[in-house]
Amino acid sequence: MTQSFDMPLPSESAPAEATGGEASVTTGTESVHTAKTLAESKPPTDEEVLRVENLSVDFPTDDGVVKAVRDVSYSLREREVLSIVGESGSGKSVSSMAVMGLLPRSARISGRVLYRGQDLLAMREKDRRSLRGRKISMIFQDPMTALNPVHTVGDQLAEAVLAHSLVPPRQARERAREMLDLVGIPQAAQRLRNYPHEFSGGMRQRVMIAMAIINNPDVIIADEPTTALDVTVQAQILEKLLEVKDAVNAAILLITHDLGVVAGLAHRVLVMYAGTPVEVGETDDVFYRTRMPYTAGLLGSIPSMTSSHGERLRPIQGTPPSLINLPSGCPFAPRCPLADATCRSSEPPLAPAYNPGEGGRRSEGQEDTDRYTEHLTACHHWERLASVEDPTTFFRNGGQNP
Amino acid sequence: MTTTRHESEERHEAAPALLEVDDLEVRFPVYGSGLLRRVVGHVHAVSGVSLRLAERETLGVVGESGCGKSTTGRAILQLVKPTAGSVRYRGEELTSMSSAGLQRVRREAGIVFQDPYASLNPKLPVNDIIAEPLKVHRRWRDGGPERVAELLRLVGLSPEHGNRYPHEFSGGQRQRVGIARALALEPRLLVLDEPVSALDVSVQAGVVNLLEDLQERLGLSYVFIAHDLSVVRHISDRVAVMYLGRVVETGTREQVYESPSHPYTQALLSAAPWPDPRQERVRERIVLTGDVPSPVNPPSGCRFRTRCWKAQEVCAEQTPELTDRGNGHPVACHFPD
Ligand SMILES: Nc1ncnc2c1ncn2[C@@H]1O[C@H](COP(=O)(O)OP(=O)(O)OP(=O)(O)O)[C@@H](O)[C@H]1O
Ligand SMILES: Nc1ncnc2c1ncn2[C@@H]1O[C@H](COP(=O)(O)OP(=O)(O)OP(=O)(O)O)[C@@H](O)[C@H]1O
Ligand code: SF4
Ligand code: SF4
Ligand SMILES: [Mg+2]
Ligand SMILES: [Mg+2]
Repeated sequence: MTQSFDMPLPSESAPAEATGGEASVTTGTESVHTAKTLAESKPPTDEEVLRVENLSVDFPTDDGVVKAVRDVSYSLREREVLSIVGESGSGKSVSSMAVMGLLPRSARISGRVLYRGQDLLAMREKDRRSLRGRKISMIFQDPMTALNPVHTVGDQLAEAVLAHSLVPPRQARERAREMLDLVGIPQAAQRLRNYPHEFSGGMRQRVMIAMAIINNPDVIIADEPTTALDVTVQAQILEKLLEVKDAVNAAILLITHDLGVVAGLAHRVLVMYAGTPVEVGETDDVFYRTRMPYTAGLLGSIPSMTSSHGERLRPIQGTPPSLINLPSGCPFAPRCPLADATCRSSEPPLAPAYNPGEGGRRSEGQEDTDRYTEHLTACHHWERLASVEDPTTFFRNGGQNP
Repeated sequence: MTTTRHESEERHEAAPALLEVDDLEVRFPVYGSGLLRRVVGHVHAVSGVSLRLAERETLGVVGESGCGKSTTGRAILQLVKPTAGSVRYRGEELTSMSSAGLQRVRREAGIVFQDPYASLNPKLPVNDIIAEPLKVHRRWRDGGPERVAELLRLVGLSPEHGNRYPHEFSGGQRQRVGIARALALEPRLLVLDEPVSALDVSVQAGVVNLLEDLQERLGLSYVFIAHDLSVVRHISDRVAVMYLGRVVETGTREQVYESPSHPYTQALLSAAPWPDPRQERVRERIVLTGDVPSPVNPPSGCRFRTRCWKAQEVCAEQTPELTDRGNGHPVACHFPD
């Protein structure tokens, strides 16, 4: 009954013995298994599916123009997981809504969003709408904003299928049930008749995920997909996302502030601050060879699972700049322990975090793969971070070298 | 800080609890598919939950999503009507209280909702949203506008944000608006439902510090519902772990985190991700399999048995009660560690 879908169902990629129990993450009978990790999933291919170039978004408001996104560029390959992290309000959601074409009319968007070479921003609305939801799908941060409260979950899922393919409603409904099953909602067939408010927060998020993968997309933009879930369900869902990615060769743009999730799931990381990327690189580079003070501050403010009680957490002091009146110079300067006069007068460009000719990491004529391995930072003083063991100490000692 | 913690632990034994929840039960009707949408069953969202919260104490509540944490939080404040059980706030029974009485209680006992978008009125600018409780409880006249500005600052938003509407905010900013509103009346008890889950780690650290400061300054008590186990570990004095409508383990933070005794708690702690890519790649992590059972037809006996690797026949036959084994660390399992 699924032949009409041009891509294999995620569940078909699993061994065929999964009969009644597709809902569970594994097909075995063991009630415990060890989670699959990113290393065990298929590596990215060299095929670029999405490229965002110089994307900027402004919102005119009564108080002035909110510069929500400034000059964001990135590429995504098939089967790649790119994670966007950053300050709350730094433009992570707005930049991905721009990719989806879901921003309010008041938004002023510039730049290019290339899906397999076609510019989505230049496309007619009708064509874009047919791609959206089918080839590029999104899992939203607030499930209630994306689910319609007056329609049952089953109707909404079936509608998502019917919007893009000519199948009998019955079949769309069956597909809906299968997807609910897949994301681990018990008694999926009955649950189709429920309204969104009858689900818990976490279950609503699973419905969103079901909705996002129901048409076998190429790009899944997941905005805080597991924030509402407990960690055991989170582990299941993330594993599921990895399976889906491999089954349909989808790329995943994962927006999250959970650096633990990033550590386990992302090939690369893009850190945003005040609407713009401030550090980009492979996950290990960003975590272990941090070259931007804001990233270091983030890593330093995580409560540890081992610290003793009563210890104060260490947030980055101060608040992010107003996006209406951005300070001149580096947007992080008012909060940065390393800031000096240079920082306050000129905004650092996003540039390689190594000196020309340094490090045998790359050779001539490798530009294309470089795009996926390079480590970029927007900081005048990244070398000072490179010179110390643990850059988070700058936040504790007022910017002195330890 | 350490001294107040210490005192609070002693008080937990001696002083009457600020909040006492006993055998709380909440059921929601499930409707059939026919035209009449007849009631065909019930979601057993909360089935016999008992909790204690002393003054100046933080009780962390963690558990499977859909296990009834939010419903418990709402039922405590009578925002959903409990089907059975008792909720006493400073000795007063809330389940049978008049609405005038409840209004008085809600002045000191507030809630921050999990879904900030659904809980903020989209038609009001943020200033008015925060002002609303002040107006309802007649506190607007003495310095209302200043108070709103102060509250915005307190949660790390600037006055320029006050004129904007909820849809013009990022998810994390909306969550902070919810916190500011809940703090408006200077409550003594706050039910915080996932208050920091939409925040980046730095803002999260700031909000956690803020909550700790307020607790110290104003003697607040918190029921802190969250999924982030490291944040719960950081902020809580005591922790309750829930699974499918029941509390399966409770104890001090150290007891629960350092010697988890219920298999579900063990799985939960094992699944928590760490912000360390190398470790995450090699770490063995327990992932529970099997269906998450339906709260409409919860499994007989132990509700965790369908996913438990230690389950025996007795687990299907007898419900394990939450029993204290003499160390103030009760567990609901026939074979606790
Ligand atoms: N419609 C709008 N009008 C004006 N400003 C807006 C609008 N939508 C978003 N913004 C602003 O744009 C900025 C970026 O918001 P965005 O939602 O992208 O943040 P985010 O990085 O996703 O944050 P979070 O982690 O909290 O979700 C924020 O400062 C927000 O207040
Ligand atoms: N108004 C309602 N009508 C019917 N069922 C409901 C209603 N509200 C909640 N439920 C059900 O009650 C159960 C508990 O929901 P609740 O929101 O309390 O869970 P939770 O522990 O807060 O989950 P999460 O961590 O995902 O937020 C769920 O099965 C949910 O579907
Ligand atoms: S450019 Fe200067 S202010 Fe900006 S992050 Fe680097 S050191 Fe800090
Ligand atoms: S009572 Fe049995 S099934 Fe339940 S948690 Fe304990 S061992 Fe597992
Ligand atoms: Mg967002
Ligand atoms: Mg909840």
